[in-house]
Amino acid sequence: MDKVKIGTCWLDGCSGCHMSLLDIDEGIVAVLGKADIVFGPLVDAQEWPEGVDVALIEGAVSSQDDLKLAQTARERSKIVVALGDCAVTGNVPSMRNGIPTRKLLERVYVEGSNQGAGVPTDGVPALLKHATPLHEAIAVDVHVPGCPPKPGAILFVLGELLEGREPDLGSKLRFG
Amino acid sequence: MTDKVKVRIDGEVIAATAGQTILEAARANGKYIPALCYMEGLSAVGACRLCMVQVSGVARLLPACTTPVQEGLAVDTMSPQLHDYRKIALELLFSERNHTCAVCVSSGHCELQALAQEHGVTYVRYPYNYPRLEVDTTHPRYVLDHNRCILCSRCVRTCAEIEGAHVWNMAGRGIHTMLVSELQRPWGEATSCTSCGKCVQACPTGAMAEKGWGAEEMTKQRTVVSRLNSMRGEGM
Repeated sequence: MDKVKIGTCWLDGCSGCHMSLLDIDEGIVAVLGKADIVFGPLVDAQEWPEGVDVALIEGAVSSQDDLKLAQTARERSKIVVALGDCAVTGNVPSMRNGIPTRKLLERVYVEGSNQGAGVPTDGVPALLKHATPLHEAIAVDVHVPGCPPKPGAILFVLGELLEGREPDLGSKLRFG
Repeated sequence: MTDKVKVRIDGEVIAATAGQTILEAARANGKYIPALCYMEGLSAVGACRLCMVQVSGVARLLPACTTPVQEGLAVDTMSPQLHDYRKIALELLFSERNHTCAVCVSSGHCELQALAQEHGVTYVRYPYNYPRLEVDTTHPRYVLDHNRCILCSRCVRTCAEIEGAHVWNMAGRGIHTMLVSELQRPWGEATSCTSCGKCVQACPTGAMAEKGWGAEEMTKQRTVVSRLNSMRGEGM
């Protein structure tokens, strides 16, 4: 049987969920016995490949690039997992949502800076009006909250998905 | 002797005391009905809608915290339908303001967070409202973060009914309702506040919290030591 293909990415997040994924310790051996990680910050691939089975997506959808990557991951993956509070609720990135984007950028890059370079436009993606949970941008199959989700919760979810079951977090469900 | 009435809760017959609410009777008999705005010792207002139960023969759901028991009453407190309604109530609470567990003083000790986890709320189906709300830091000892307030009014009732100061009130209507101190004065300027802190303890979320624990927040009252010493007549 072919190995299951896992893709991961982080959008507007702190990478903490990926740290928690690494923190499953020797659990990774069992996961990699059944699956390959084919895309993400932990591997070299430059583009989200076709035919991914499980997409683990960390972070809120906050910029044009986030939205594009989320949409690509959705199109090319069977199961999309919103990994962590930012992907599930918007969490800390969404705390900017009460402030208009222009004001926010000016506050940071003009009022908050003594470099005088102004709001950057080259090489950075445009911010969306709101940093939103992943499910407001694309269809999400599994939600795993937590800031970050405990390694045990991530390992449980991966284990269930690799066995073809729908994970029920039960008592492992936790926000914050 | 107090009058006893027989009621059936989830199929089990229990002897309740006349005058008790369904919630009180259930809890007195070791039965769990979730609730947020209810607090033992305070009047009940039926604001949070988490304790909604199905009373046999009544077409609509009723809040267990404000519905008195009656002889022969049969109540269903935990059907899948009620579970779904409670999930909806919780999700709407989350969607209304900015509840960010990761940066909240009450994370891990929050009744809203605990109830969401208990009810299997893995995400919020409704669009978030993202209101721009103030944090009142004017009180020297306590802080009020409106982002985390669910308008349960436990603080209002605690202050009015237990402390007898009635500093807190609700102002506005519907989604614009806000908790206010006195006549919309900042908390630190509320002259009727006794700084007893019972509202903080009654708050189910992190909306009300004690100051002094964050970085740079702890102000020490060093004069206390010297003053006590001089009051004892020593060092005069």
